[in-house]
Amino acid sequence: MAGTIYRISGPVVIAEGLDNPKMYDVVKVGEMELIGEIIKLDGGRAIIQVYEDTSGLRPGEKVGSTGAQLSVQLGPGLMGAIYDGIQRPLDKIKAVSGDFIARGVNADPLDPMKKWSFKPVVKNGDEVKGGDIIGEVDETTLIKHKVMVPPGITGKIAGIKEGDFTIKDVIAKVSGNGKSAEIKLVQNWPVRIPRPVVDKMILDAPLITGQRVLDSLFPVAKGGTAAVPGPFGSGKTIIQHQLAKWADADVIIYIGCGERGNEMTEILSTFPELKDPKSGRPLMDRTVLIANTSNMPVAAREASIYTGMTLAEYYRDMGYSVALMADSTSRWAEALREISGRLEEMPGEEGYPAYLGRKVAEFYERAGKVHVLSGGVGSITAVGAVSPPGGDTSEPVSQNTLRVTRVFWALDAALANARHFPSINWLNSYSLYADDLAKWYSENVGKDWHELYQNTMKTLQKEAEINEIVQLVGYDALPEPDKLTLDVAKVIREDYLQQSAFDEVDTYTSMHKQYLMLKVIMELADEELRAVKKGVSTEQLSGAEAKQKIAKMKFVKEEGIDAYYDDVRKSMAAIEAMEASAAK
Amino acid sequence: MSDIYYKTVNQITNVLLFVEGVKDAAYGEIAEIQLEDGSTVTGQVLDSRNGLAIVQSFGETRGMNTGGTRVRFTGGTARLNVSTDMLGRIFDGMGKPRDGGPQIYSNESLDITGSAINPDAREEPSEFIQTGISTIDGMNTLVRGQKLPIFSGSGLPHNRLAAQIARQAKLLNDSEGFGVVFGGIGINSEEANFFRKEFEETGALDKSVMFLNLSSEPSMERIILPRLALTAAEYLAYSQNMHVLVILTDMTNYCEALREVSAARNEVPGRRGFPGYMYTDLSTIYERAGKIHGRRGSITQLPILTMPGDDITHPIPDLTGYITEGQVVLSRDLQRKGVYPNVDVLLSLSRLMNQGIGKGRTREDHRGVADQLFAAYARGKDLRSLMEIVGEEALSQNDKHYLEFADRFETTFVNQGYYEDRSIDETISKGWELFADLDVREMKRIKDEYIKKYGKWDNGKG
Repeated sequence: MAGTIYRISGPVVIAEGLDNPKMYDVVKVGEMELIGEIIKLDGGRAIIQVYEDTSGLRPGEKVGSTGAQLSVQLGPGLMGAIYDGIQRPLDKIKAVSGDFIARGVNADPLDPMKKWSFKPVVKNGDEVKGGDIIGEVDETTLIKHKVMVPPGITGKIAGIKEGDFTIKDVIAKVSGNGKSAEIKLVQNWPVRIPRPVVDKMILDAPLITGQRVLDSLFPVAKGGTAAVPGPFGSGKTIIQHQLAKWADADVIIYIGCGERGNEMTEILSTFPELKDPKSGRPLMDRTVLIANTSNMPVAAREASIYTGMTLAEYYRDMGYSVALMADSTSRWAEALREISGRLEEMPGEEGYPAYLGRKVAEFYERAGKVHVLSGGVGSITAVGAVSPPGGDTSEPVSQNTLRVTRVFWALDAALANARHFPSINWLNSYSLYADDLAKWYSENVGKDWHELYQNTMKTLQKEAEINEIVQLVGYDALPEPDKLTLDVAKVIREDYLQQSAFDEVDTYTSMHKQYLMLKVIMELADEELRAVKKGVSTEQLSGAEAKQKIAKMKFVKEEGIDAYYDDVRKSMAAIEAMEASAAK
Repeated sequence: MSDIYYKTVNQITNVLLFVEGVKDAAYGEIAEIQLEDGSTVTGQVLDSRNGLAIVQSFGETRGMNTGGTRVRFTGGTARLNVSTDMLGRIFDGMGKPRDGGPQIYSNESLDITGSAINPDAREEPSEFIQTGISTIDGMNTLVRGQKLPIFSGSGLPHNRLAAQIARQAKLLNDSEGFGVVFGGIGINSEEANFFRKEFEETGALDKSVMFLNLSSEPSMERIILPRLALTAAEYLAYSQNMHVLVILTDMTNYCEALREVSAARNEVPGRRGFPGYMYTDLSTIYERAGKIHGRRGSITQLPILTMPGDDITHPIPDLTGYITEGQVVLSRDLQRKGVYPNVDVLLSLSRLMNQGIGKGRTREDHRGVADQLFAAYARGKDLRSLMEIVGEEALSQNDKHYLEFADRFETTFVNQGYYEDRSIDETISKGWELFADLDVREMKRIKDEYIKKYGKWDNGKG
């Protein structure tokens, strides 16, 4: 039996007369059948958050329950798609309702007509359980879509077919325990429930992003979590875009949660042209976009990060490493606050609901490197941008995020204003994975990597201390070795940490190039220190050719980097010569 | 639709009416409130339930009472009649003519809330708008379809800057100018007159539509005024193929009106008493800028706001900055030094700059020159504060060059006349002239080939 609307207040609608409503059931509200979700039950009334604009709804209009929870469709065709917060395909919505998003429009998230070529990897009679891979579909040039038995089903395979099928065709049956289930290329999963895994593993490899300050100083592990808080204009979105472009994950899920429309457009227009550095294929072939921009309905914004996470889990279950970017989780938290306010709940800090911390923790806990049900290994790395009001990270969203994430990339307005990008503050940021990943770096990058890393951090720390002294006594009064430390720190900052996302070479730096760059900077520092100790002044050293060359090293293409390194090393002979003549 | 007048107003606050016994008022529905003396005020349903409708009055509630005031629900949400006849006209905060001219009659009317542009339908803004102002064109480039607010303070020349931009804005390879939609939100009559005079003098009035709500007029109109202005802009852009520049001033007054409603509804306040949904609410205004695939017109937004206490972390500039594609920040320091336009380039930003500049758009060396200007000026400003502590003698020779650079940057690059319209070539060349007094080895942001091609180090320093 259908219920009726009792009250409308912004995105919150109260209905009465629904037949046995259940928490988190999806309902259709009003004559326009706007999609909503039951978030509270109170006597005979159901409180519903509506995922579309509620203007024009009237008390008395009908409300019908679908009896299902908010779910996503999982199957081939996700890659390269752009969805709103509740997995409505924006390109198909455009075809139906034009350039502006109309209400009550529905479109299939996955094309029901398209045929996919399915190749089974199991035979009739094989025993399978939930999560097991029974076949493959070539979804894009980069992604082999593994078709899995939905979790919870076990038994023997029967009637498995090979050939071209739509997502709705039955491709196999699984019978066991007296029950029989049909397997299709598509399965549904409720977004608020994590998909099951066997167990979580210890993280031991970094997500290589090609961004020097991240990979070298503050790496995030594959399967790890990172937070990027920063005031507006500090470059959060560019960092997220750079990660989405260059991170060495198999699959990218990018959630634009309550952000700018033009930013999603930028991804849509640039990603198909960008090539994956490993395979040379278009990056869009491994990317799914969730775009719920700031002016789209606030409740769908709340749902968007769960929709994104569920898609990430699905590809993880196939054995892929997935990187998920959420920009910005503050907008998600504000959506929670807005809904909570409309429910007249008792607010916690700054008006946010008391359960904010729990919700943030639950979200990031869905990341991780895991043994998936089929026996393989998959991972989700979650990177969440946070937009603290006024850039002050003492506010609840930042604090609750920092409590659960293990990497903190602290964006700094002062650096951004001086156009030092990425504007990640090297003194405040941290990565708790540094020790876990040390082994990987020493085996895969260079045995002396850890030493280079420590020397770099030490130099930057020292610079900050010396700068305090400069504030008191002036630069000229500094002893020569201190002047040299400032010089070296400047080289690290300007020639290493600063990286242009807009230069075609500088935008991505391989780990090998990072190693050579950092190594040569530290070698230069050692050489200069020897010279200074012999009596050469830092003024004399400032014009050294090797330094000029280091400054241009970031623009050297990957294939020429070894030769360039040797060349810079040769230029250092001039410093040795100065040293020798000073010694006389 | 409905001829039913409800006489069941039970409670009235300064902005809200609680009407009992209403069964099915639509959320967002427009209501006509009729006072005992026969005068009417427009209102809108903010909360509707079976038995009660909460109506926000757009006019003053002075004179309303709980026995005689009647409320009629019109059946529709707020709409604006649109037509090209609006060009050259001036309207009030409710969309009624305030220039003595006739009403706009049209068979086309649009919902003023608008709908979100499908992100898949948006076209990436990338056409450089030359404003003739060096700090904007050179370092914080505006492109067609962008929303770039001016963050100002009380007493700073934000209106002059906005008027200068409106007067000078043009595309390099396109003679077609901009139509201007002006939304004056709670501004005083002098400001309103200033803009009207400006538009008259430059002949822009024929291509402009003005919506004005003066500071003496009902504050609730300020909530719908920007939406009227943007609805008119959308009509001109998407139905009439015009390129529209929307100036909204002062958004601070808008936010304060929003706070007034929120307080009247006893909502849980967010920072500084502003409602928790202000971000979402502002986004439904600012996000109505842009370009759409396959449509000729575009909407470029230039909202102006005054930062209370010059505080950029105040919720109004803060939330605005999180939505808009950058910001132009005016500086009180530069104002005191007599620099016009007093743009603080370090705090300013254009997020869409990269799409609009470079070879084929402005100049190949644009990015590098801009970055180098930012870096050198930032360094010079840092050294200024250092010099105040340790004295100039303690600075190295190189540092002194940067100090001079910062001074000359302010007086020759930032500073320009109100009627000085600099081409992008002039702006970039000015940058190279300034660099000539620095050591060429410090030019780390610019590619060698451009230094060779454009550099002006002929004074022996190079």
